Amino acid sequence: MSEEVSEPIEVLRLPVELEYQYTAGKSASRFLRGLQQGKLLGQRCPVDGRVYFPTRGCCPQHGVPMAEEGSIELPDVGTLVTYSIVRVPSANIPLELPYVTIQVLLDGADTVMMHVLGECELEDVHMGMRLEAKWKPEEEWETSVGNILYFVPLDEPDAPYESYKEHI
Amino acid sequence: MRDVAVVAFSQSPSVRRETDCNEVEILIPVIHELRTNAGITNEDVDFVCSGSSDYLAGQSFAFVSGLDAVGAWPPVCESHVEMDGAWALYEAWVKIQMGYAELALVYGFGKPSMGDLPLTMALQLDPYSVMPLWPDAVSIAALQARLLLDDGVVSERDMAEVAVRDRANAKQNPYAQVKGDFSVDQILADPYLVSPLRKHDCSPISDGASAILLAAGDRAKDLCKRPAWIRGIEHICEPQDLGVRDLKRSRSTEIAAEKAGVRAGKIDVAELSAPFTHQEILVERALGLGSETSINPSGGALAGNPIMAVSADRAVAHATSGPCLQQNLICVLEG
Repeated sequence: MSEEVSEPIEVLRLPVELEYQYTAGKSASRFLRGLQQGKLLGQRCPVDGRVYFPTRGCCPQHGVPMAEEGSIELPDVGTLVTYSIVRVPSANIPLELPYVTIQVLLDGADTVMMHVLGECELEDVHMGMRLEAKWKPEEEWETSVGNILYFVPLDEPDAPYESYKEHI
Repeated sequence: MRDVAVVAFSQSPSVRRETDCNEVEILIPVIHELRTNAGITNEDVDFVCSGSSDYLAGQSFAFVSGLDAVGAWPPVCESHVEMDGAWALYEAWVKIQMGYAELALVYGFGKPSMGDLPLTMALQLDPYSVMPLWPDAVSIAALQARLLLDDGVVSERDMAEVAVRDRANAKQNPYAQVKGDFSVDQILADPYLVSPLRKHDCSPISDGASAILLAAGDRAKDLCKRPAWIRGIEHICEPQDLGVRDLKRSRSTEIAAEKAGVRAGKIDVAELSAPFTHQEILVERALGLGSETSINPSGGALAGNPIMAVSADRAVAHATSGPCLQQNLICVLEG
């Protein structure tokens, strides 16, 4: 046997690169095409009537398929359910720091959507605020939730806590 | 041992590329059909177990979104195997044997068309010495086929005969993807895809899903007129290193068959899920199947597929995983 003791190999670089081609799926595609036309599409569960936003192929609570006929258009106004003030930058969000990430319960929906709040002083942000979507100019609309730039406060009284407490 | 039976089955068609639906949307109607046909609701199910691969989806924890198709509120008792659905069925069977469940929902789903399946399969090989060479799944199988041919264990004609049989049987199976009448000579005249394998020696790449309902004892009799009772089920694994295995036979299938009691009686139907023709021959030999057995009446596209559909008293189902039949599962069913 050789006396020579070689250095143990501690690191092995094995790069893995695989390409995938995704399909958003039927229901997500419907949602995204809706956005392209400035529509916010939710879908109604045939069992308990809850409205899921965005649309899913299936009610995740009951495991029943949600048919295309169950699609409903929701308004672009809703209630701020909860929020967080962000003070660290993020590559895909072109907003100036600090900004506010929010969960909005659109009127008529039973699930919240995530977005950001604009045109509002940080000290004024609070749960229950009524909000409205601020859209990009129509000619820039694409199949993206980014068609909504941010939500802005509405000049309305706050929604009562009971109306959104299940969604916090 | 408790008596456990397959009481319902459903599946999606096997297709080369599902363009509209995502992985979960392929699964949704399958689970829905299973529950509707069996006349059960989510509350009746004690245990849910799935088999799928995050490598096929290219996303970590992709299987979690599959639970959308099941419905997971109120919370359900659930598990997942990064394996074929047959191994999920095994886990559910164990769960029922342990007395933790009476009725179990088992499903498997995959959408390999999203990626490059033969290359993705390279990731299951030894990560230090083999995987970095990126040998694709067809090439690995071709090496095994070459070994079998050179040693006279099988001939190219034997392999073509398997393809002819399976493609012809698949004509009866509305869910099968590749079917039709071919002749052995016609197939042997085809060019090699990866020598010595021709296109017909390889299973197609399929997007699809299937689901099974397992029930214990009286529960099974309540739900189904003629339950398919699991009389034996066993899975055996061989080493990962291809060099230390005997690739000219399937030892793990032989042992699993012995333990599952395949030879304890006449087998009417056998569904073998081997992805290459030469591997199907090895599995057939390892099981000791003879002319009294109808092999792959479904065309072999999905293991277990025709068990609920054909009139069999005693059937054997096979599933495999890993390169060159590394792991094999054998299930003996009686109706």
